[in-house]
Amino acid sequence: MSNTLWSKRQQATWRNKIGLAEMLKGGVIMDVTNAEQAKIAEEAGAVAVMALERVPADIRVQGGVARMSDPKIIKEIKKTVTIPVMAKCRIGHFVEAQILEALGIDYIDESEVLTPADEMYHVYKHDFKIPFVCGCRDLGEALRRIGEGAAMIRTKGEAGSGNVVEAVRHMRTVMDGIRRLKNLPGEELMTEAKNLGAPYELVCEVAETGKLPVPNFSAGGIATPADAALMMQLGAEAVFVGSGIFKSSNPERRAKAIVEAATNFDKPSILAEISEDLGEPMYGIDINQLDEKQKLALRGW
Amino acid sequence: MILLKIGVLALQGDFEKHFSMIRKAGAVPLKIRSIDDLEYIDGLIIPGGESTTIGKLLKRFNLLPHLKEKIGDGLPVFGTCAGMILLAREITGSDQLRIGAMDITVTRNAYGSQVDSFEADVNVPGISAEPVRAVFIRAPIVTDFSPEVKVLARFEDRPVLIRQDKLLASSFHPELTDNDAIHRYFLSMI
Repeated sequence: MSNTLWSKRQQATWRNKIGLAEMLKGGVIMDVTNAEQAKIAEEAGAVAVMALERVPADIRVQGGVARMSDPKIIKEIKKTVTIPVMAKCRIGHFVEAQILEALGIDYIDESEVLTPADEMYHVYKHDFKIPFVCGCRDLGEALRRIGEGAAMIRTKGEAGSGNVVEAVRHMRTVMDGIRRLKNLPGEELMTEAKNLGAPYELVCEVAETGKLPVPNFSAGGIATPADAALMMQLGAEAVFVGSGIFKSSNPERRAKAIVEAATNFDKPSILAEISEDLGEPMYGIDINQLDEKQKLALRGW
Repeated sequence: MILLKIGVLALQGDFEKHFSMIRKAGAVPLKIRSIDDLEYIDGLIIPGGESTTIGKLLKRFNLLPHLKEKIGDGLPVFGTCAGMILLAREITGSDQLRIGAMDITVTRNAYGSQVDSFEADVNVPGISAEPVRAVFIRAPIVTDFSPEVKVLARFEDRPVLIRQDKLLASSFHPELTDNDAIHRYFLSMI
C-alpha cells in the first residue's frame, strides 16, 4: 500500500453485505413473477425486485410444495432491470442458495413463503459471498438469524394475506424486545439471552446500541400506502410488498403510491394525496379465519 | 461559532449514515424531502441508494428544477455512489432522470452485481494522511470526464473521487466507515 495508490479488492465483507441493505433503506422491494412485472416495478421506483414463480397469495391458494424459482425466470428478470434482484430459497435449503449465488443475483431471501426444506436448521449464511435476508417474529428469532449470517432482517408478517396485522405484531414485538434490552442491567443480559434463545454477544450489542445490528425491514401483508407508512412509523427502515401490488386492480398506480409513501411515511397530508383513487387493493384474508397450519409465519424457528 | 447546515437528500437511501458523518465532522445535518427544505442550507449531500428511485422521486416531488437552479447558483454538493450517478451529465445506455451538473460519464453497476461488491484501501493525497477504506457497492465507474474535473483519488487507475468546482462525487461510500476525512474535505469546500 505504501508504494501504490490503492490496495487489493476485498470481497464479501460483512460491511459489504450490510452496505447493500443500507442502500435499500426508505425504499420498496416488490415481488415480481416475470420481466414485464419487473419493468413495471422499476418504472414505479422500486429499489429492488424479488423474482418469484408465484406470488405468496397464489402459493397460498394453490398449495403444494413451493420451491426456488426456475433460474430462467430469474435470469430474464435480471436482464430486464438495473435495480438489485433478489430471490427466495427454502429455509435450510443451502443448495438452492448456492444456485442463486451462482446466478449472480444481489440478495437471497431464506423465506418461510416457500416450503421449508429443513425443520431443524437454517442455512449457515456466513458461508456465502451473497448477502441474505431472513424473516422474524420476535427479537430472539432476529438475533438467531443474524448469528447465522443474515445481513438484513424483515418481519415475517403473514405473506399473501393482504392483511398487515401480523407484520404489525412482529414489528412491535421486535421493537419491544429491543426497548426491554436497553433497560436491563448488565448482569441480567445472559439470562435474557437464554430466554430469547439468542447469541449473548448480539444481545449485549442490542442492549448497548438500542437497535438491531443489521437493517430492519418489514414484510408480509402490506397492501396500501398507509400500510407501508404504518410499518415505517413503527420502526421499519424499508418495506417488502409481495402480492399487494400485482394482485391489485391497478399495479402501476399502486406501486408508485407505495414508493411515495415509503419516503413520506410521516407526512399524513402527502399520504392522503397519494392514497387517492388507486383502484381496488388485493382481496385480504382475516387472519383469524386461517388455522395454524395455514400460517406461513410459523415456519422456521 | 456558527455551524454549517448540511442538507441530506432523504428521499431514499443511506441518508442516516451521512447524518452521523456530518455530525462527526462538526456540522448540522438536515433532512431534505421537499422544496421548502432546500432553503437555508450551506451544502447538500446526495446519498447512496437506488439512483433510478431517487431520480423519479426528485421529479415527482418537483425537486429537480429547484435543485438544478440551486446548484447553478453555486450550492456545494457531494454525491456518493447513486449521488454521483445523479450528478453525472451522461449515464451509459440510460435515459433515467438526473441532475446532470457534472461533466462526467458514468456506467452503472460497472463492477458487476452484489457478489462483486468490495472494499479496498485508497490513498487520497491532500485530504487524508492515511489511506481511506473505500466501500464499493454495485458501484458506478467514471468512464469519461471533461478537463474541468479534477481527480482526487483513483482505484485500479479509474477515478473514484472527483471534484468539479463546488461539486464533489465519489463512486464509493465514505459514510459506511468511521473515517470522516472526505466529509470534512467537503465542509472545507463551502
